[in-house]
Amino acid sequence: MKPPTFDYLRPDSVAEAIEALAAHPDSKVLAGGQSLIPMMNMRLARPTALVDIGRLADLRGIEANGSLRVGATATQADVLGHEAVGRRWPLITSALTHVGHPATRSRGTFGGSIAHGEPASELPAVMLALDAHFTLRGSSGERVVHAQDFFLGHYTTVLAEDELLVQAEIPDASGSAWGFGEIVRRHGDYALAGAAVRVDTDGAGRIEEARVALFGVSGRPVRSTAAEERLVGTRLGDRDTAVEAGRLALSGLDVASDSFVSATYRQEAAATVVERVLLDAAARGRGEN
Amino acid sequence: MKTRQGTVAVELTVNGEKRVAAAEPRMLLTDFLRHGLGLTGTHVGCEQGVCGACTVLVDGQPARACLTFAVQVEGGCVDTVEGMAEPGALSDVQQAFRAEHGLQCGFCTPGMLASTEALLQENPDPTDDEIREYLSGNVCRCTGYQGIIAAVRRVANERKAASRDA
Repeated sequence: MKPPTFDYLRPDSVAEAIEALAAHPDSKVLAGGQSLIPMMNMRLARPTALVDIGRLADLRGIEANGSLRVGATATQADVLGHEAVGRRWPLITSALTHVGHPATRSRGTFGGSIAHGEPASELPAVMLALDAHFTLRGSSGERVVHAQDFFLGHYTTVLAEDELLVQAEIPDASGSAWGFGEIVRRHGDYALAGAAVRVDTDGAGRIEEARVALFGVSGRPVRSTAAEERLVGTRLGDRDTAVEAGRLALSGLDVASDSFVSATYRQEAAATVVERVLLDAAARGRGEN
Repeated sequence: MKTRQGTVAVELTVNGEKRVAAAEPRMLLTDFLRHGLGLTGTHVGCEQGVCGACTVLVDGQPARACLTFAVQVEGGCVDTVEGMAEPGALSDVQQAFRAEHGLQCGFCTPGMLASTEALLQENPDPTDDEIREYLSGNVCRCTGYQGIIAAVRRVANERKAASRDA
């Protein structure tokens, strides 16, 4: 199908973009368009105006000194190919190889993937695992929101209609163990269940802090406090604990069935993927992969 | 701020040539190429970004023409299958696809060729795994993928040999 008609606005600055969003109540932000355009092609989305921020050069930067700061319109390919990101935030690089395909990552943006709020997409969960925060700018000024508080539900975030996600900031993650995995029907699809974990251990390999973020299992990416609590104080790589953390991962969560899989399958898949990524994280630490 | 309403003229450099055609902002790059410019080599499969048949190069990068509005890439460079070789001739990538039986019905081929060009630009000597990974966004429903992977391998080897001889 073809997208419905809309007015196209291409602002020359972030300030102009915010003005345009405020002036057009049914507008949407267009960055790479790799999620929005298919929804418009299928007429699931019918914005009356699109505000194209794709050419705003000052939103495209990637800075990696201390923390990592990614401008909202840096493409997924830009971040995937960034040397310092690969070295210090390998969890991000690993996750990005699962986001679509080369021909969508070349246009799809880092910020777009977050602001879109798709519950089965990879980057939102990675942002939770890495304790990221986002800078939002709108008519009433700028605010900083933690990843934990940003996602509300299916395609819903705390972004106001006249607000733009301008930057994601991710604390230094070097030295942490990490794991990423998902269960998908085909590579590049949205996950049926997936997990991103970041684990800090003491000198003896005991877990001091664990962040276990799940995606594809609920209306928004979630941290599994039950799994995290189970892990603290145990040795990273202990198989029985990893299995148990997997079993606990979805406790207290309302897991949905959909046209692809049942809730039971999804629960099994999530448990398996959590177990796998924890063991991967440990094996990586021992230099086994 | 640039505002576009109704039907507007959109200018692009397509296969090295400046081209202009009328388009509403909602016109996808696939339709702009096919209907606006008569370049029907870019195929429309799923029109939702899944099949990869419409893959073209936008400013040298692979892109889904069905997930791109023409007006978004206004002023940019688009390369399609029509520009890969002179009329009547085949590029090295096209020749390799023919030699290795990398196509049957040909519907996915323009997208496969664009992705192959992009892959070899980025990584001139990919492993089979890297080829599979890179082409995972292009779906073929008749040959299977063995011939396609062999074709990419063949071009990579040929180019490597040619650069050694040069």
